[in-house]
Amino acid sequence: MIYDFLVAPFADFGFMRRALLGCIAVALGATPVGVFLMLRRMSLTGDAMAHAILPGAAIGYLVSGLSLGAMTIGGLIAGMIVALGSGFVARFTALREDASLAAFYLISLALGVLIVSTRGGNVDLMHVLFGTVLALDDSALILLCSFASISLITLAIFFRPLVLECADPQFLRSVSKLSAITHFTFLTLVVMNLVAGFHALGTLMAVGIMILPAAAARFWAQGIGGLIAAAAAVAILSSFIGLLLSFHYSLPSGPAIILVAGGGYVLSLIFGPVGGIVAQNLPRQHFET
Amino acid sequence: MTASVAFQNLTLGYDRHPAVHHLDTEISEGSLTAIVGPNGAGKSTLLKGMMGSLSPLEGTIDFSGFEREEIAYLPQQSEIDRSFPISVLDLVSMGLWREIGAFGRLGRARRTQVSDAIAAVGLTGFEKRPIGSLSGGQMQRALFARLLLQDAKLVLLDEPFTAIDAKTMRDLVEIIENWHSEGRTVLAVLHDYELVGSHFPQTLMLARELVAHGPTNTVLTAENRFRARQMCEACNSTPHICGKSAA
Repeated sequence: MIYDFLVAPFADFGFMRRALLGCIAVALGATPVGVFLMLRRMSLTGDAMAHAILPGAAIGYLVSGLSLGAMTIGGLIAGMIVALGSGFVARFTALREDASLAAFYLISLALGVLIVSTRGGNVDLMHVLFGTVLALDDSALILLCSFASISLITLAIFFRPLVLECADPQFLRSVSKLSAITHFTFLTLVVMNLVAGFHALGTLMAVGIMILPAAAARFWAQGIGGLIAAAAAVAILSSFIGLLLSFHYSLPSGPAIILVAGGGYVLSLIFGPVGGIVAQNLPRQHFET
Repeated sequence: MTASVAFQNLTLGYDRHPAVHHLDTEISEGSLTAIVGPNGAGKSTLLKGMMGSLSPLEGTIDFSGFEREEIAYLPQQSEIDRSFPISVLDLVSMGLWREIGAFGRLGRARRTQVSDAIAAVGLTGFEKRPIGSLSGGQMQRALFARLLLQDAKLVLLDEPFTAIDAKTMRDLVEIIENWHSEGRTVLAVLHDYELVGSHFPQTLMLARELVAHGPTNTVLTAENRFRARQMCEACNSTPHICGKSAA
């Protein structure tokens, strides 16, 4: 019974195994980035960037149909233009980063919607918006795993400057010229993981696997390492449960995964030991001075 | 004495409004100098200019004999995100950036250096604490520990003792005096004339323009202080395009 529910779908169906592998790759790549976005109070930046990717993917689709390569490259280019453009405006003009990002991503989104609707009515476009985690082919899986690996390696290399750029940017600028490079490398990672995520979960849901586990992790761990580990665990568990629910109850898989992650967030918010609602209201004895 | 920093006709400002106006003076190597003056006199602006985060509207700042990386700077309002989950140990260790850079290993010898620096500011036992749990004074001690590790030839401190209790101030002044005895050049923006008089041999008084610069007892006169206040008040009237310029 438990075997039938939990294991059989993955044991019996190749597409479920592929979906799980794809989701784990996306989870491992995206959650550390999500943790840093959260710590830098940039959670909504992830959302804006996810929208910004849309026209690139749509143009890729216009040029060569439902091609993995074209849509990936299109998404990366659109995401990078918005990230670099808004970063550039923020660093060299009076406009702050949030406003310039909003301006750029709204332009990008409007363009995306325009392109999608002129070629609308095509079922394939559902792929762009909601992803096809249950139909990942070999090349898609290789792409997701490569992006996750590149993302994790880059993060490992840039870990120290990135932490310092978040914690004390002024100090980093005073000792090193890496500040700007670190910031743009980080934005590149955000874009890359969102593009990987949209193949599996769609543009709208990709940001969910990045931000929700990070927000949930805040209630379980305090250090950066702990936060990343907790976030990855929440994301992988959500993928597993979400895929099972989607399989047994014929739900669309992307939203099912993100909803489970959302449930994980709500549970963490209530029961998490680090500042969760219950933990905060339990009577606790304090230390002597 | 050789000049460590030379300001030549230096004008720094924001949006064409000068905050430091035609400053011509030199900081000698190994000196311990207090920068004093009323609010809005351009003291912090001068330090920002030295750090290169503000480019001169006119004139130059010359550093003889050392690199940008050999200057350590403690800003008045630090941009540190106190809620960011790093420990005191992590924060202080970053003082070794010039040695280990972005990718180098900390290693055992350097770990000892870090604990020595933490001990020197009296924060032993706080290594594992997240920076968010420190009090204002403890945070300032941690930042001084980081400065200790930076091993800089020129140390710039912008109002390092604001909102700091007397005990902490005494401890940190001792560290500053140690730097001085080690031959480092130290510049500190301060408001406490008593402190300046008793611990800082040199004083530079600013009121956008230079009021006086030299041995502290000759600079901190009632007359100079009165003049500085007057000059600053005059500055706040309607600005005209400045005709005073270098030939």
